[in-house]
Amino acid sequence: MSDRPLVAVPVFPGSNDDRDAVAALERLAADARRIWHDESELPRGTAAVVLPGGFSYGDYLRCGAIARFSPIMRAVASFAAEGGLVLGICNGFQILTEAELLPGVLRANESLSFVCRDVRLRVDRNDTPFTSRCEAGAELTIPVKHGEGCWFADEALLAELEANGQIVLRYAAGDNPNGAVADVAGVCNETANVFGLMPHPEHAVDPLLGSTDGALILGSLVDAARLSAAALV
Amino acid sequence: MKATVLVRPKPGILDPQGQAVESSLRHLGFAVGEARVGRLVELEVEAADEAEARVQLERMCEQLLANPLIESYEIELRGTA
Repeated sequence: MSDRPLVAVPVFPGSNDDRDAVAALERLAADARRIWHDESELPRGTAAVVLPGGFSYGDYLRCGAIARFSPIMRAVASFAAEGGLVLGICNGFQILTEAELLPGVLRANESLSFVCRDVRLRVDRNDTPFTSRCEAGAELTIPVKHGEGCWFADEALLAELEANGQIVLRYAAGDNPNGAVADVAGVCNETANVFGLMPHPEHAVDPLLGSTDGALILGSLVDAARLSAAALV
Repeated sequence: MKATVLVRPKPGILDPQGQAVESSLRHLGFAVGEARVGRLVELEVEAADEAEARVQLERMCEQLLANPLIESYEIELRGTA
């Protein structure tokens, strides 16, 4: 049993936050490894998967629509189906919605402008593997940087997700950067082992960069990955 | 068989791109309203007949070309193989 759980970070053509994700996860005591998208299996002993931000396949057609067909995504989907922990950040979130591992869809920002700034977030649920280090209702400051981060679900789907408690993270009142429905910044699947968010926790783990609130999200994931790695042994 | 697939934002879905195009056209002096921006995909389909091609195209739309949450699609077939 290793106390540094193995976190796989798939890299697609056009991913650009994979190294930051690895650096942040390593800093939080995980053994993070980049995996090329052509691989059809996750490394043995993978305890969690983090899909990084970027512009996979040039965002052709719709963001994340093509990456979803990469061989590694088949492995990620079966890992998730078995209860494995999967986190998608920004483009990773877009890929997870396109792969139907997470509900809703990410559309062009209402402003049609790329936004790159810190946003304030509210943690709606702290009983997930991705938010356990946060206080319930806590306010976090984490940067966003995206052109297509406007999360959308129709009324029926939104009501279902609210009832199931799948809205984990929202933009704080007045700080919605993209027009997302119900200020949604991050959602999980029904079993809360797959989570996606538009803000970039991997860019907020060092006080030099302004905020360390991202470490609460990634640290929660590392904690949960360590427990699931221990259960595997 | 040549096919054209039109993918549109569903009615009622906010279309900021359409709004931006509409306001630019107004700036140019055109009296326009309700502009919506979609996507057009042209492709060549290998199929025995039109019915088979249509079935294939429907599947392409559902699996990749359109996102059913926000987009509707329309298939147009031209000529026979």
